[in-house]
Amino acid sequence: MSEALRMSNIVKRFGSLTALDNAELIVNKGEIHSLLGENGAGKTTLMKILYGIHPKDEGEICLNGTLCQINSPKEAINAGISMVFQHFMLVDNLSVMENIILGKEETKWGILSYKKSREKVMELSHKLGLKVRPDMLVEDIPVGEKQRVEIIKALYRGAETIILDEPTAVLTPPEVAELFEMLKALKNEGKTIIIITHKLKETLAIADNVTVLRNGKNMGTISTKKATPEILAQMMVGRSVILQAVKEPTVKGPVVLEAKDLCLQDALKNINFTLKKGEILGVAGVEGNGQTELLEALTGLVTPDMGSIYLKGEDITKHSVKQRIREGIGFIPEDRNDRGIVPSFCNWQNAILGYQSNYQNRGVLDFKKINAVSKEILDTYQVKTEGIAAKTASLSGGNAQKLLLGRVFYHDSDVLVIAHPTRGVDVGAIEYLHKEILNMAKRGKAILLVSADLDEIRQLSDRIVVLYEGSLVYETQALSTTEKELGMYMAGAFNKDESKVVGL
Amino acid sequence: MRRVLNLACRLVLALFAAGLVLYFSGYSPLAAYKAMIWGAVSSWDGIAQTLVQATPLIFTGLAVALANNCGVFNIGAEGQLYLGAMAAAVLAAYLPPLPHLLHVIIALCGGALFGGLWALIAAWLKIKADANEVIITIMLNSIGTLLCAYLANYTFKAPGPVPQTPTIHSSAALSRLGQGAQFSSALFVGLFFVLVVWFLLYHTKLGYDLKVVGSNPRAAAAAGINVPQMIGLTLLLSGALAGLGGAGQILGLHGRYIDGFSPGYGFDGVAVAILGGNSPLGVLFSALLFGLMRAGGMILDRTTNVPVDFVIIIQAAIILFVSAPELLKTLKINWKKGGVKHARTVADK
Repeated sequence: MSEALRMSNIVKRFGSLTALDNAELIVNKGEIHSLLGENGAGKTTLMKILYGIHPKDEGEICLNGTLCQINSPKEAINAGISMVFQHFMLVDNLSVMENIILGKEETKWGILSYKKSREKVMELSHKLGLKVRPDMLVEDIPVGEKQRVEIIKALYRGAETIILDEPTAVLTPPEVAELFEMLKALKNEGKTIIIITHKLKETLAIADNVTVLRNGKNMGTISTKKATPEILAQMMVGRSVILQAVKEPTVKGPVVLEAKDLCLQDALKNINFTLKKGEILGVAGVEGNGQTELLEALTGLVTPDMGSIYLKGEDITKHSVKQRIREGIGFIPEDRNDRGIVPSFCNWQNAILGYQSNYQNRGVLDFKKINAVSKEILDTYQVKTEGIAAKTASLSGGNAQKLLLGRVFYHDSDVLVIAHPTRGVDVGAIEYLHKEILNMAKRGKAILLVSADLDEIRQLSDRIVVLYEGSLVYETQALSTTEKELGMYMAGAFNKDESKVVGL
Repeated sequence: MRRVLNLACRLVLALFAAGLVLYFSGYSPLAAYKAMIWGAVSSWDGIAQTLVQATPLIFTGLAVALANNCGVFNIGAEGQLYLGAMAAAVLAAYLPPLPHLLHVIIALCGGALFGGLWALIAAWLKIKADANEVIITIMLNSIGTLLCAYLANYTFKAPGPVPQTPTIHSSAALSRLGQGAQFSSALFVGLFFVLVVWFLLYHTKLGYDLKVVGSNPRAAAAAGINVPQMIGLTLLLSGALAGLGGAGQILGLHGRYIDGFSPGYGFDGVAVAILGGNSPLGVLFSALLFGLMRAGGMILDRTTNVPVDFVIIIQAAIILFVSAPELLKTLKINWKKGGVKHARTVADK
């Protein structure tokens, strides 16, 4: 196989930070190449250099054996390179067709010729099995289809090499399977594909070769035939990692949290569940099926239209967020920078957020206590930082998440509502965070775990419910289910009449 | 430290830019700056004038800075200042003479209360009707100043041709400092409130909550902070500070409410707050700087032929350079690019 791309000795600095330190990437023509690494390892930066978004400080890029300079995305596209970003770059209020041809419109006498463009687009779509509906508005199509539109857009521009940044992050398991089929079809057409990912399983499932980056350095390129998750994880983190959280059986106590017939506009429909002391209840589901609303209803950020929430038998439906925190509901929100922490604050300020009432005397902050507690949280939960006065924005995703988790766990709530605890967190930190969550269950906390990551849900939970279009459509014991089964319910591929009625 | 340096850099750039304008208008910028700065600091009179000009700016700067910390842009300090001044003038003139300190405190509190209530209208509309506080406070400026103009022309008008309220009782006057000096203990009230706001922001739970709301309102809500309530409270306090500033002008300087007494102290408060990085000590510093420029401007007017409007150009330049945080970066990149080009041409030769 000939070499499609060679990036050698790439150095990129952002201020004092060296994002890429002599990074190297060699991709063969017609292969699927996985660029694997933790968050902040430099994967996306390396690809943005290839795509002409970031200028490189040092190094060389060779395409098909010839040295070249890429200074802008336009030059990259002309060189046959396209990139599909994690956040799609589509215009919502234009049609699929218009989005695809945007920037490279077929014209006749200076007038748009939709017919010619349409023929070309449909041909691409049929040939590769990329199903899209050309006349739909982009805002009306599902995420998976948007991604297909992006891929067709790339092909329409004559891309030979397509870079996909975390392409599975927004997809359901069936959609992931579909995407992988498409990628294989593209590979058979002779296209070269680079996927940026931090997921080991996906890398092994789809890629031919994998290059691992750590701290901007190349940790080696190996064939996936020779790789195992353990080998890859070790390359990513630099030490051996226990990938499978070890869940010991915990003693279940009485019901602590109960939801009865919760309804909220169109988002939640008759939600019923119970949660026992020492139990972890996993809520699986594709994002946007009511998770946010469920979390907000449980924590008091919104008041449900109907139904009630009971905490240890007491009706807390009308209680405020503040009251619920005091009564013992700890909340780890789905997006830490959105609701969890204030990035521009110092670590100590974030270490007491939500619990600040505990650290005051007649309205004056008690710094002695604050300093001691925030130091203890940083130490206990292994947050790597310069100290309590350092800005939280300077923390890596994993460390910021440890700080957030540490804050809530330290303050010892009976109920923990945890959403996506390991999103955007590196493998090493995931191992640690999972261990801590299991630890809390062992200590008798009742935990509601919302996650889009099925592995996470299955490893940590005792019971699993599936949230689909605002209803809990399925309930099962974690041990007696398969990923395939859960994926089916998450995608809504079940007979609604036969679905088990959830709620005890 | 780096931020201070950065700020100083911008100040110099602003002075340079304003100097260019002056230069191309046919004046000598160096002579003008010298006359201005020397005039403002070389004599007791100049220093006193600087402090007089700085005093109301301390209050309005604090008002805007406090609101900014909570993520609320209070551009209505002017209206709040007027309402506070009117309330203080009426209390100081119409109440019977009281013991000195008591009367002063009552008048100051009245000023703070009315300034605060005036801001609370904006808060109420923002919270209940989702109104934009910038538009509401701007509108309330016009309503507030015109309402006070009405009161000074009709309801509380003192006999005579000038629209002003009766002279205040001496028991309500803030004492003047020094013989013939215009500056009064209103300055010390201002300094006191610099400390109060500093303590509030950095040492109280209220200040902590307020900053959480200002930095990330969604995280604030998840942490159990009542965000609308906090915004309302902050605007009330912010308005009260501006109102105090107005009251200080009446009780310390004018001795009565005179229609149109403020040359835009409320608006300058916005610039003072931005220049001061929204911190109380920063506000104190930038209020003194603005005071110095105003005082220096007067001296400039007396001693040189440079028009006093020059001071407005300097202020505008400062606001431009300070409120464009990326400006320095952009300039630096341009220099760098220029440098690279230059290096290349040299190498080509």
